[in-house]
Amino acid sequence: MHADPSGVLTGKHYLDGNHAACEGALAVGCRFAAGYPITPSTEIVERIAARFPLMGGTFIQMEDEIAASIAIQGAAWAGKKAMTVTSGPGFSLMMEHIGLAAITETPCVFFNVQRGGPSTGLPTLPGQADMMQARWGSHGDYEIIALSPQSPQECFNLAIDAFNLAEQWRVPVLVMMDECVGHMTERVIIPKAETIEVTERRWTKKKPSDYKPFEPGPDLVPDMAKAGDGYHLFVTGLTHDERGYPVMNWQAQEKLVHRLVNKIRLATDKIVRFEEEDIEGADVVVVSYGITARVARRGAELARQKGVKVGRLRLVVVWPFPEKRILELASKVQAFVVPEMNYGQMVLEVERAAKGKTNVVCVPHGGGEVHDPQVIADAIIRAAKRLS
Amino acid sequence: MIETEAEKKTKKVYGEVYIDRERCKGCSFCVEFCPPRCLELDKAYNAKGYHPPVLARPDECNGCDLCGLYCPDFSIFAVMVKKDGRGVS
Amino acid sequence: MDDKRENPVNPYLRLDRMPSIWCPGCGIGTSVNCFARAITQSKIDVKKLAIVSGIGCTGRVSGYLNFDSFHTTHGRPIAFATGLKLANPELHVVVYSGEGDLIAIGGNHFIHAARRNIDILVVCVNNFVYGMTGGQVSPTSPEPATFTTAPYGQFEEPFNLAYLADSCGAVYIARWTTFHVRQLAKSMRDAFGKKGFRFIEIIAPCPTLYQRRNRLGDGLDAMRYYKEKSVVKNGAETKSLRIDFQSEITVGTFVDRERPTFLEAMNNRFQKALGDKYTPYPLGPSHQPKSQPQAQASA
Repeated sequence: MHADPSGVLTGKHYLDGNHAACEGALAVGCRFAAGYPITPSTEIVERIAARFPLMGGTFIQMEDEIAASIAIQGAAWAGKKAMTVTSGPGFSLMMEHIGLAAITETPCVFFNVQRGGPSTGLPTLPGQADMMQARWGSHGDYEIIALSPQSPQECFNLAIDAFNLAEQWRVPVLVMMDECVGHMTERVIIPKAETIEVTERRWTKKKPSDYKPFEPGPDLVPDMAKAGDGYHLFVTGLTHDERGYPVMNWQAQEKLVHRLVNKIRLATDKIVRFEEEDIEGADVVVVSYGITARVARRGAELARQKGVKVGRLRLVVVWPFPEKRILELASKVQAFVVPEMNYGQMVLEVERAAKGKTNVVCVPHGGGEVHDPQVIADAIIRAAKRLS
Repeated sequence: MIETEAEKKTKKVYGEVYIDRERCKGCSFCVEFCPPRCLELDKAYNAKGYHPPVLARPDECNGCDLCGLYCPDFSIFAVMVKKDGRGVS
Repeated sequence: MDDKRENPVNPYLRLDRMPSIWCPGCGIGTSVNCFARAITQSKIDVKKLAIVSGIGCTGRVSGYLNFDSFHTTHGRPIAFATGLKLANPELHVVVYSGEGDLIAIGGNHFIHAARRNIDILVVCVNNFVYGMTGGQVSPTSPEPATFTTAPYGQFEEPFNLAYLADSCGAVYIARWTTFHVRQLAKSMRDAFGKKGFRFIEIIAPCPTLYQRRNRLGDGLDAMRYYKEKSVVKNGAETKSLRIDFQSEITVGTFVDRERPTFLEAMNNRFQKALGDKYTPYPLGPSHQPKSQPQAQASA
């Protein structure tokens, strides 16, 4: 199904990542947003506050991020595509409700424009240090999907993908931007509405008497209904059975958690997305994501000039992690080099997936600015030299 | 409230009480707040060990359904019935 | 007695989940009975009725009612309800939760939803204790009652919930105890007929933890206390509604006023600023003029 043209600002624009993200959400049909101001994400809700009312949508600035992260779930159960926007400190506050969205299988999108952390940290400067938190931040076992745009254009594109993935898998989806990508202004091309694929909500075709809100389909995802249609929904954060009724025993827990986790894990091949460049015959592969991927491209160039055969793998979908591909490459390359604007988060996944078959080099950075490409280049060169 | 025989003959409406003995938890709200005090806790108990109410004085029940309104467990209600057997809406 | 008769409340209940987990003599069930009565009498379209509750004994209400039930996280039903209502104003959204859930952890959401005049009905069962977790002190607990987290007796100032709601701008504020079943049902019915942030506080017994731990008897003893010590003062100043340990309880309807709801104010503002470019957001059935009958529940 294609996008509703009224929400698509077709044309060539000069936008920053934050503004592009808002347009992406509108294009895919998001009509409810709740947020709370937090640097460097605030421009997203500022544009939303101006645009949504003209598109029949609602924006409400809630009293805190905790409220925002659950108000969107109320809106989702009323039938709307809903989103919230935040940065590190707000992201931490939203953790409980990410877990709620996971166990109630509520489709909704969280944008985190990452900044320097921990705590109040560096509000106006970039970071990528919430990546593990995105995966593990809430308590309990659950799976989410997380995307990492590297440009304002991708903020637009991946915003659309985020909503589509949320609807397809009935899972909260996190768009892990960073301050750099959020505040950089570049050309953003918004295509015609008929070229934008929109995944509609998996509305159940069953009658209320036959419908069970958490009865999975063959892909382990249940079909959905909304409040007000006579379905007598029962949605609870407690461990529940297929009717949504709480069941307090280990069997119900096993059944539910098993499905919630496998819903994404077994579909990893369908969900992962990455881009590769110069992988064939590479000795060293740079694994990166977000703004760091653009810096790493320059770093790889510099290393290539010194004679290193270096390839790049850019994570577009960060969670679930493309373990299979990393393992595959691990037996072909001499080293992975993983630069990130944190003290080593996704590098742990690369290490884990490589299963010791190759060297994994971390190029950490406390955040606050992007890497110096030469630092990445040096790490690549050193990684390559270790072999000869 | 004890009615005289004369009063009983002229009474046009009376109450019928339905009790779900197994759902009841024996809290006694209905017994306490029945205005004509026609309910009493049964000496017998249900499967969970609670003493449900019984309509001890059915002739005095006027079907006000206060018992129904008080019950925290939705296990009792009353309806007003006309003397000729047809229910009062 | 004819066993074929069904309790008129049954269609509103998830019968496969009865009996409830509430203790014998707990007032929550009584309040739900009054709520059921009010729903029938108000003739609202039950297909559009959504109940949102939080965590706690009262939070279990949504799970026993057979409408669209949302059992959310602790303290957050009002925030969830805000999203639900704004995304679909056709829904009648009721938040049904306890005082700890709504006023302690949920306090922030309470005051802002009231300030904004979000069109939801908030039913707050106040039993002065955190029951589900075993009897801890709550924001309304009076001195010198004892709790597991106040073993030497509570000493903090208790919240006056009606006063709080009033100062935040709630448009309908009433308080009844579970003894006042008819008045409570009527209050709930009246609240269904209004729009905006409506707040009904219900004083209810917690026999197992509040009553028993403080040697006050059981649920029935609490109900007798409510009967004896309640004073009906409709229109009383909310400032005067403090409840101390086994003190007089002032009940009644205290506030009943009108002011623009969130969506009305939003539409007004946007129309002024944007003129024809703005299509007014739908307000839902609660905003229809009173002369029009409410939509009847369809088969």
